[in-house]
Amino acid sequence: MFYRENGQFKTNYKADQQIFPIAQDRWAIAALLLIGFVAVPLLADEYFFKAILIPFVILSMAALGVNILVGYCGQISLGSGAFMAVGAYMAYSTFVRVEGMPLIVALMAGGLSAMALGILFGIPSLRVKGLYLAVATLAAQFFCDWAFARIGWFTNNSSSGSVAVSGLSLLGWDINTPARKYLFCLGLTVLVALLAKNLVRGAIGREWMAIRDMDVAAAVIGIRPMYAKLSAFAVSSFIVGMAGVLWAFVHLGSWEPLAFSIDRSFQLLFIVIIGGLGSIMGSFFGAAFIVVLPIALNQVLPAIGSLVGLTVSTAMISHAEYMIFGALIVWFLIAEPHGLARLWSIGKQKLRLWPFPH
Amino acid sequence: MAFFLETLFGGLMAGMLYALVALGFVLIFKASGVFNFAQGAMVLFAALAMARFSEWIPQWTGLDNKIIANVLAFIVAGLFMLAFAYLVERWVLRHLVNQEGVTLLMATLGITYFLDGLGQTIFGSAVYRIDIGMPKEPVFVMDTVFEGGLLVSKEDLIAALVAACLVMCLSLFFQKTPTGRALRAVADDHQAAQSIGIPLNRMWVIVWFVAGLTALVAGMIWGSKIGVQFSLTTVALKALPVIILGGLTSVPGAIIGGLIIGVGEKLSEIYLGPMIGGGIELWFAYVLALVFLLFRPQGLFGEKIIDRV
Amino acid sequence: MKLRKIALTAALAAASLAATLGASSALAQAKVQFFPSLTGRTGPVAPNATPFANGYADYMKLVNARGGINGVMTLVEECETAYATDRGVECYERLKGKHGGATVFQPLSTGITFALTEKVAGDKIPLITSGYGRSDSADGGVFKWNFPLIGHYWVAGDAVLQHIAKQEGGWDKLKGKKIAVVYHDSPFGKELLPIVQERAAMHGFTLQLLPVPAPGVEQKAVWLQVRQQRPDFVVMQTWGVMTPTAIREAIAVGYPREKMFGTWWSGAEPDLKDIGAPAKGYNAVMMQHGAEPQSAVVKEILSKVHDKGQGVGPKDEVGQVLYMRGVVGAMLAVEGARAAQERFNKGKPVTPEQARWGYENLNLTQAKLDALGFKGVLRPISTSCVDHMGSAWARVHTWDGAKFTWASDWLQADEQIIRPLVKSSAEKYAAEKKWTRRTPQDCQS
Repeated sequence: MFYRENGQFKTNYKADQQIFPIAQDRWAIAALLLIGFVAVPLLADEYFFKAILIPFVILSMAALGVNILVGYCGQISLGSGAFMAVGAYMAYSTFVRVEGMPLIVALMAGGLSAMALGILFGIPSLRVKGLYLAVATLAAQFFCDWAFARIGWFTNNSSSGSVAVSGLSLLGWDINTPARKYLFCLGLTVLVALLAKNLVRGAIGREWMAIRDMDVAAAVIGIRPMYAKLSAFAVSSFIVGMAGVLWAFVHLGSWEPLAFSIDRSFQLLFIVIIGGLGSIMGSFFGAAFIVVLPIALNQVLPAIGSLVGLTVSTAMISHAEYMIFGALIVWFLIAEPHGLARLWSIGKQKLRLWPFPH
Repeated sequence: MAFFLETLFGGLMAGMLYALVALGFVLIFKASGVFNFAQGAMVLFAALAMARFSEWIPQWTGLDNKIIANVLAFIVAGLFMLAFAYLVERWVLRHLVNQEGVTLLMATLGITYFLDGLGQTIFGSAVYRIDIGMPKEPVFVMDTVFEGGLLVSKEDLIAALVAACLVMCLSLFFQKTPTGRALRAVADDHQAAQSIGIPLNRMWVIVWFVAGLTALVAGMIWGSKIGVQFSLTTVALKALPVIILGGLTSVPGAIIGGLIIGVGEKLSEIYLGPMIGGGIELWFAYVLALVFLLFRPQGLFGEKIIDRV
Repeated sequence: MKLRKIALTAALAAASLAATLGASSALAQAKVQFFPSLTGRTGPVAPNATPFANGYADYMKLVNARGGINGVMTLVEECETAYATDRGVECYERLKGKHGGATVFQPLSTGITFALTEKVAGDKIPLITSGYGRSDSADGGVFKWNFPLIGHYWVAGDAVLQHIAKQEGGWDKLKGKKIAVVYHDSPFGKELLPIVQERAAMHGFTLQLLPVPAPGVEQKAVWLQVRQQRPDFVVMQTWGVMTPTAIREAIAVGYPREKMFGTWWSGAEPDLKDIGAPAKGYNAVMMQHGAEPQSAVVKEILSKVHDKGQGVGPKDEVGQVLYMRGVVGAMLAVEGARAAQERFNKGKPVTPEQARWGYENLNLTQAKLDALGFKGVLRPISTSCVDHMGSAWARVHTWDGAKFTWASDWLQADEQIIRPLVKSSAEKYAAEKKWTRRTPQDCQS
């Protein structure tokens, strides 16, 4: 009844090709942005920012990058943690070495270095496919783990290998409160989401999807596999590198190489699969799921335990978290292998018909 | 020269141990097309079961004989792995038939988390001992040829022999028994196997059980070497370069790949490592596998990937 | 049916979200002194970190059984970190405001300490990092909120080298010798290096640095290198499962255990009891206390806590090395709070800032320590504005196949060497962060 496209006719191509052709969608996105930028900073408290919102926003950005590579271009990559690490450490190196370095320049430096590494480790994808590629990208992951622990230049020769940044500011606007950090990350993520959405709607996105579906056929019809695959790696690593900079600078503040270990890579892959492969919206859904779930379990389990009269020890909660997380992943993949984004689009389809059955 | 040979032996035997873990991956991939990331968790779970039951059985039954306790613990752990295989097939694989490879991969990752939590819940998270009587002290051979002799670890040697035995048993199983033939048929083509009446579901239970037994043997060997603790799951990460080098579908590939990776790793760590700071074992193994892949994208012995347009 | 499934899922999600939102609201103010406990009961360090958490919780219960801190009861809430820095930071954020405010945090992880050092200055909550964390945080002039009470890694390194030198017959006998350092490839492991490098430069022995990437299940290459180089001694800075793996590999290459020396995180019962007799001769330097089953405080815990069924962990763990470390950590936390109470607000809970003053002005004389039950376990501890460590004593114990026995007398780390290292490292950190050294007036507050 409300979600109808009746009467919404387009009179030029520009209007027809916009990202949100349905007016209701535009209103919904505007409302969402309003809530995100205005309402949430006013209502949320410090813990909510630090533990839920900021990680959610940054992981969504990282998931956008991984989704472009895995979801749109079909190249399974288990090295996303390494690209985040490269972004973070290169940005750190530029940030501390030059006095008064602007944050945006450091951010770009991190992104571009990650892009360079992404292209380098994307070269095997021209020869190696599928699961072999997945394991080959682990080479990038472990090499970077080692390089940042061993090569002193990246950590500005800190004796312990742990680095920290402080004093972030954007054109004079100090990013020192949780609310400001959140707004900064949200702004960047919205920009990246717009960039990603337009890329996948355009010619390059279609090339990626053609490579994903059947790369031999794509080559036959004239799509250059090298260009398409390497551009996917490049764009993806750039975005993931930027997310890594934000994760390190804004969320952690102080970090060591283990912050970007293989668990981070798996986490990003989970986000993308749960959210929905090949879906921009899905990255956000997946990130929300992965960020909120452990915390929710941590709160809910002792409550449930006390209801049935059991005192649950912290170790038991941790184990139960793992078990429930694993079981939920499996259940999810069985119930909806195309992820939360598919559930969302089914919901929208039903909404188009509501209140009519068909 | 003597030290080089020691390193070589050490590498070969470490490679056999990795191959033990890699075998489980290969078995499951061959028969059900699933890349089982949960193999590491299975190794830990099986080892935990065996370690704890070898403690509990003497406590519950008052048995004094350690060998019998160990054998009984092995059998009980094997039963756990059978139950696990059955449940995985029933609750996970059956519902995910025909899904993409990456979905199945993620499902096995989910199983990994679940198994980690379950294992620590049932059996506890301390370090446990598996005592199968492995000798801990080294032996020095060829002390006439080399001064002081070459150091050979007896434990590693026995482990390598066990691994070789396991591979022989598996080959016999696959070649000579009807079930093995059926498994190979399933590995070749699921639909064709189904059309001649091979029950796919039962085959998957069997293959996951056999992989579980392989994990149990691997867990027993590794557990006796370093103690049964949570970090045992990271051994699986060392087995991955082995399978991609050897080919995801080849059992001899897992062994050869294991030997190559083991030797390459140790030699690089000892000769190359000190020049660049040390600790390069792990990524060197992966880079070595990657280099091989660039020349043979399907691994040394893997099936050639055929793309149909 | 699909709609019902979706609706059910949405309801469940909403309920969990509500529960999570509820997590952030502070609970009602209670008249207790809240001590959060960041635990490592799962994950790669579980066997070693679990006794610490148990000892911490048991001692806090003992304090309550003794009547609290001048009547104020202690409250412990645990949060599992599994030795992961991001989980540790999340636990910190969640617990810092609860139950009237966390008095002090003891992260038991160098990685988490590094991350929290940034945050505690803004949140004004002290951090006790006894025997770990930043060694340069002993300089209280720069690090107002960090307290590496009774020891840090440079004390450990210096003490173990002193013991080795004493065994050899003097520092000059070490000239030309080779000492290998097997260390955890992380900030924790690397923190030991500055002091051993300093001593190596001073006395002319060479170092062989052998990093082991976490978690360290495969160390054959490292120990083959040890066999190749044949160092005279091996010093180990490892934690968790890396330690027993290292000892097992050492046995497999035939390196004599008598020449192996662990720091105080690399030489406790979980590391050695599964190896048993083959590890005989392995040494470790201890931060004053070792395994103390005969001490008065252990006997009191057994009678007042465990016999009443209140004990957190198994009874046979009471008195073991890492259990005692938890007990000592809890004792220091409580005594600092007590000192703050007596200065500011006797009989009422103290704020974290007041507790910080307490930790900076700890004056635990031998008489006080004996009264608390630590006779023969600890030596006097006295902190000040510039010295947040308070004491630099250590001892070395040896594994005899079934238990530990003391192998050395009390050793005191050489402050003449350590203090300048601490000061220069702290100044470097302050320059990077643009912090200024505290003024003398600030020290009086």
